[in-house]
Amino acid sequence: MSAAGSSPPVLELAGVTKTYRVKQGLFSRPKPLQAVGGVDLRIRKKDVLGLVGESGCGKSTLAKILLGLEAPTSGRVMVDGIEAAGQDRTLLARRIQPIFQDPYSSLNPRKSIEDIIALPLVVHKVGDSAGRAQAVSKMLDLVGLPQRVRRGYPNQLSGGQRQRVAIARALVMKPEIVICDEPTSALDVSVQSQILNLLGDLREELSLTYLFISHNLAVVEHLATRVAVMYLGRIVEEAPAADLFAEPRHPYTKALLASVLTPDPSMSVPDTHLGASYPNPIAPPSGCHFHPRCAAVRDICKTVPPPHVSDTKGHVDCHLYAERTQAA
Amino acid sequence: MSEEPILAVEGLTIDIPLAQGTLHAVRGIDFELNRGETLCIVGESGSGKSLTSLAVMGLLPKRLECAARKLAFRGTELQGQPASAMRQLRGNRMAMIFQEPMTSLNPAYTIGDQLAEALLLHRRVSKAEARARAVELLGKVGITAAESRLSQYPHQLSGGLRQRVMIAMALMCEPELVIADEPTTALDVTIQAQILRLLVDLQREMNMAMILVTHDLGVVARVADKVAVMYAGEVVEQGTAKEIFEHPSHPYTQGLLRCIPVPGRTKPGEHLGSIPGIVPSLIGKVEGCAFRTRCDLAESACAKPVPIHRTQGGHAWRCIHSDTERVPA
Repeated sequence: MSAAGSSPPVLELAGVTKTYRVKQGLFSRPKPLQAVGGVDLRIRKKDVLGLVGESGCGKSTLAKILLGLEAPTSGRVMVDGIEAAGQDRTLLARRIQPIFQDPYSSLNPRKSIEDIIALPLVVHKVGDSAGRAQAVSKMLDLVGLPQRVRRGYPNQLSGGQRQRVAIARALVMKPEIVICDEPTSALDVSVQSQILNLLGDLREELSLTYLFISHNLAVVEHLATRVAVMYLGRIVEEAPAADLFAEPRHPYTKALLASVLTPDPSMSVPDTHLGASYPNPIAPPSGCHFHPRCAAVRDICKTVPPPHVSDTKGHVDCHLYAERTQAA
Repeated sequence: MSEEPILAVEGLTIDIPLAQGTLHAVRGIDFELNRGETLCIVGESGSGKSLTSLAVMGLLPKRLECAARKLAFRGTELQGQPASAMRQLRGNRMAMIFQEPMTSLNPAYTIGDQLAEALLLHRRVSKAEARARAVELLGKVGITAAESRLSQYPHQLSGGLRQRVMIAMALMCEPELVIADEPTTALDVTIQAQILRLLVDLQREMNMAMILVTHDLGVVARVADKVAVMYAGEVVEQGTAKEIFEHPSHPYTQGLLRCIPVPGRTKPGEHLGSIPGIVPSLIGKVEGCAFRTRCDLAESACAKPVPIHRTQGGHAWRCIHSDTERVPA
């Protein structure tokens, strides 16, 4: 974190938007649905950026854009300062690899573990078969799987072992950035901790950068160095993890943190005051998208979009903080 | 104390006959639940927690073999009851809330029809009365404009709303026992907190007994009066939430609590505790402590039948190690 100011970002998003056109009925015209609405993000080398938000907020769309699986409607994605658009996707895939949520559906059940892990090498035409076999052995050691599983198939492995295979497959091309989309939420508690430990070790060993998408805030607090909070396609707050958890600024971040259930039997279930349900992204609320659920809502929030208030630590998009800076 | 427990389970076993042999999924568990109490059954996948709740509801698939010394609801033995008697109880005196609100609501019927069904089945009420009760309960579970929701179909509702409808449905007949199997696992954290809060409030208001099946220790700590920790088909530790979290006594419970990151207690980035190894196969004869293959404290004695230690407060754990070795986590 000490080098936060100096090192250039390995991954930079500038004004990225993604608009889908969705039909709501047989005869209705397709309406625009803005899944991602103007996201600016910079991830520095070895950072773990935790991306949190409720389902439907655009986390996974953002991950797809970073992986090159979806093209942004507008805005730029830059990897190591080079614009990703227009580049061959396979070049991008060498640098950015995903780990998905469900290790049961993300591994091909008809391929052996060895074939699964070696597939990226085959796709990218790296090495000969002997070299690939060696790479697979190395990866199995790295992720803590015994060599004997290489001839096995996914159905012979437990959930945790499968997720280790998925991690091995993601790392075999030696990527710089790994997009982890809920990598532990399908796993049992005791297995989750093993995978989190592994991800932490690998980051140190291989100097990896993670974008860590999760709805489990305790896990994000444990692993992330920076956290971005997403609401209805926008990053409403971004800050170093320690600051964000110690002193959340955006009312939505506060509500999210309040809903975390720490295992403390002396406390009961919190009241988050998030009364209204998540808004329809096809017809987002006017002004600040969060205002119908906000505990600190003011008149201005209902009509005027919130300002982008940034400081040395990060940013928050909220009227409350604009006023404070003006007053100061 | 003298009041009869709502639910008393003794020596419950569930066997699954497989080609390779019999899988002993639940291996002799005991628990009791009184009016107004919440019991959390916590355990990892395959520990038998969901089967246990299905057994209480009499919803186990027929090919499974279920037996118990006692499986009594308000003093009435449920084993051997005819299917019609169980149907009279289910949805009426005892109700269940499932994990997936999308798959447990019928997509072809309106919310109103599905809500009214339980009441029309179990009570002599008119359709109008059932509708009124449905509106009342939808209001209670925090759904606005309840009247207009009645004509909607499940797909028109969000996940959180669907789970609220499921809760309303379970409560239509004011049951004395509600079993909720991972009721919030499929939901966002913010919605999870709201739904749990709702369940706890309603449970207090109606003085129901509740069994909450979950793998989330955070949920357990916040909701439970009593906790039963299951591992490989056995309850390895049972006690009040305070006892379980402040003085976990079974090595498995201690291990589980070390696995989760806890803000303020675990340092960010540091290694979390883990439980090495995997759950043993429960096919064929299982002897001794099933956790011994993964336990740091395992000795040769663990392969023999394991004693249960009990404290006066009702805290009990199944381990060869006794009180003196209790280490706070």
